[in-house]
Amino acid sequence: MSLAARGFPPPYPASRALRAPAVLKAEWTKFRTVAEPFWLLAGVVALTVAIGAAAGSAARCSSASCGLDPATVSFTGVYPAQAVAAVVGVLAVGNEYSTGMIKLSLTAMPRRLTWLFAKATVVTASVLAASALAVAGAALAGRLILPGHGFTPAHGYPSLATGADLRAAVGTVLYLTLIALLGLGVAAAVRNSAAAIGLVLGALYLFPITAAVISNPTIARHLDQIGPLPAGLDAQATTGVNSLPLTPWQGLGVVALWTAGALLLGAFVLKSRDA
Amino acid sequence: MTTGAVTPHRSPLTPERDSFWYLVHAEWTKFRTVRGWVIAAGVTILAITALAFPFCAISGGCAVSSGAGGTPSAASCPPAPPTGPGGEPVVDAFYLLHQPLTGNGTITVQLTSLTGQVAIGPGSNGQPQMGSGLQPWSKAGIIIKENTSQGSAYAAMMATGSNGVRMQWDYVNDRPGLPGSVSASAPRWLRLVRDGDTITGYDSADGTHWTLVDTVRLAGLTDPKQAGTVQAGLFTAAPTNGNAATTTGVFQHIGLSWAATGWTATNVGGTGQNGVGQPGTFSQSGGVLTVTGGSGDIAPLIGGAGVISVQRALLGTFFGLIPLIVAAAMFITGEYRRGLIRVSLTAAPRRGRLLAAKAAVIAAVGFVAGVVAAVLALAVGTPVLRRTGIPVWPVSLFTEARMVVGTGALLALAGVLAMAIAIIVRRSAPAITAAIVVIFVPYLLTVGVGPQGDGHGSGGGGDWVLKVTPVAAMAVQQALPKFYQVTAAYVVAGGYYPLAPWAGLAVECAWAAAALALAFFLLRRRDA
Repeated sequence: MSLAARGFPPPYPASRALRAPAVLKAEWTKFRTVAEPFWLLAGVVALTVAIGAAAGSAARCSSASCGLDPATVSFTGVYPAQAVAAVVGVLAVGNEYSTGMIKLSLTAMPRRLTWLFAKATVVTASVLAASALAVAGAALAGRLILPGHGFTPAHGYPSLATGADLRAAVGTVLYLTLIALLGLGVAAAVRNSAAAIGLVLGALYLFPITAAVISNPTIARHLDQIGPLPAGLDAQATTGVNSLPLTPWQGLGVVALWTAGALLLGAFVLKSRDA
Repeated sequence: MTTGAVTPHRSPLTPERDSFWYLVHAEWTKFRTVRGWVIAAGVTILAITALAFPFCAISGGCAVSSGAGGTPSAASCPPAPPTGPGGEPVVDAFYLLHQPLTGNGTITVQLTSLTGQVAIGPGSNGQPQMGSGLQPWSKAGIIIKENTSQGSAYAAMMATGSNGVRMQWDYVNDRPGLPGSVSASAPRWLRLVRDGDTITGYDSADGTHWTLVDTVRLAGLTDPKQAGTVQAGLFTAAPTNGNAATTTGVFQHIGLSWAATGWTATNVGGTGQNGVGQPGTFSQSGGVLTVTGGSGDIAPLIGGAGVISVQRALLGTFFGLIPLIVAAAMFITGEYRRGLIRVSLTAAPRRGRLLAAKAAVIAAVGFVAGVVAAVLALAVGTPVLRRTGIPVWPVSLFTEARMVVGTGALLALAGVLAMAIAIIVRRSAPAITAAIVVIFVPYLLTVGVGPQGDGHGSGGGGDWVLKVTPVAAMAVQQALPKFYQVTAAYVVAGGYYPLAPWAGLAVECAWAAAALALAFFLLRRRDA
């Protein structure tokens, strides 16, 4: 007797289940039906806007040579917010391992790289949207606050909506997204949320702290070129771009290399180890 | 057969099983039997120790490399600065008019004017444009000095640009005398009395009513090699902070208790690398001596890149904090994830005690890791620093002990803070993130905006951040003293913190205590 005749539903056609859109839909359902990612993304927005507004309120530009970059001031909130973005990426994979869900996921979707790709896509889309909102809010706050604090045409800030400002905003959105993906890649590689977030935050914060405290300008400049945080935030600069250790897009390229390396390592571990 | 009431078995609750230490022992067993956490504590020690070497080795602008035959080939290194009686590197470059004083004696002067030239803007030919003005610590006055070589013991009474009359001795010591600035209508009388190796300083506004400023004992003054002879005289110095400057003092009513032999003019330190910026001059008319000295100072060498702090050996602390925070958070979140918390609370229903036991274990792990790491890092780093060619500021054993114990306390409190946050949020990744962000980001934003920062910081940062956030505890590692009498860049990147060592630690302690209080409240209120 065939399965259908016994009253079982017909097996789901494998060809459809294994197609990328179906996996993507499944991963998106997983992502949106738990509360945690939503609150984390809300945290990214809140931190970026609130800290940016606070930094803008504290900043004063009293002369033409005050040396402050209005875009960097507005986007100060990225310093803590990137940690939350990294948590989104880490937990997307880390929660699968900590709950044992990974076994079910890989049973349903044995093509592991497709599964990882679907995860990365969901994280990319959601963090991209959240950080676009965050950066827009921070930029708006900056435009409202900064002209009243001396960032005026008389002090060399003709407008706070130049091409460079747009590049800074787009660069910051891309930066936050790349950091979330870095977290995802590291979590896939070490398979433990706690260890993964420790590694990611260490990679982010220790480079600039080291560069600031060693009194060796040559090595400090190299650390600023290598570290994902200082390199990536070169994309935020709108003043003094020529004196940066890297150009804005080169800086984002360095972050992209870190992220690509982490994702490749994660993909290799996922492919080569039992879940 | 009778069916009597069966007494259910109860395992006895012996006093020792009910004790707090039993609970601590249980929690310690939990910690030490999880391999990952023990590894994390080990990585904390290893990171701080291993990074001491590179952090110390790259900190110098001029490494003394050993050439052939082990002789240092330090051609590119500037000559080492002189060291004072306490072994500390000093600036000892000033213009001195002196005569020998054998045995005891007194020198008295009236200072009627203190003026100077400072750089007021960029000039032509690379020379700054000079204008009249005084630095806060421009100085002119009288001095009794062991000899005219750099770094020798001295005591001096002086008028300063904006700090009134001071008595200073042996480079690091400073006592205030009469306030206010010097002018013809408000002259200052200064007096130094030598009695063996003891020197007493007096000041007066009218030459009749004298006030004792201080009495000090200088070890070098009775050196048998010079048969009790010292140099006594007038001096001026203009601290520069990198710019050219001069100071001019006008002295009259010069009274010497010994038979005067005529003045010898000496630019102490010469006009070389560690000497004065330009030679001094003096003119004499009647009883009035006008003395002008070029850039120089008599002070400890501090601030900027001229001197290095042994704190560099402990820069790995930030690296060590991360694995410790991860382990401390997982010590709690592991219980929630595995459901072990219900067993723990069944065994120890008094939740506050369980919390205290866990905090005690984490604090002990952090403290021991910090102390071991700091001892090793200082042992590794200090010899490396001494080879960089930059003078290392000497620290007392007491200071080193404070740095070591403080590093232990810093890590212990960071662990307790991370653990408390983990109880509040009950999830490892968010807890670890919150702990790391609250410790690292304020520091990063502060050093980023400093004059030596990486330029990424935003505006508006400042010392207040390092006074109110947990990272204030880094002050406990500060090895360089701050000198009121030296104008320098006392910034974080140079190893200076806005709070006193133990005050900084107290700020971190307050954070840990507040987080622990909230954790206690939530642990009692919520179901596990």
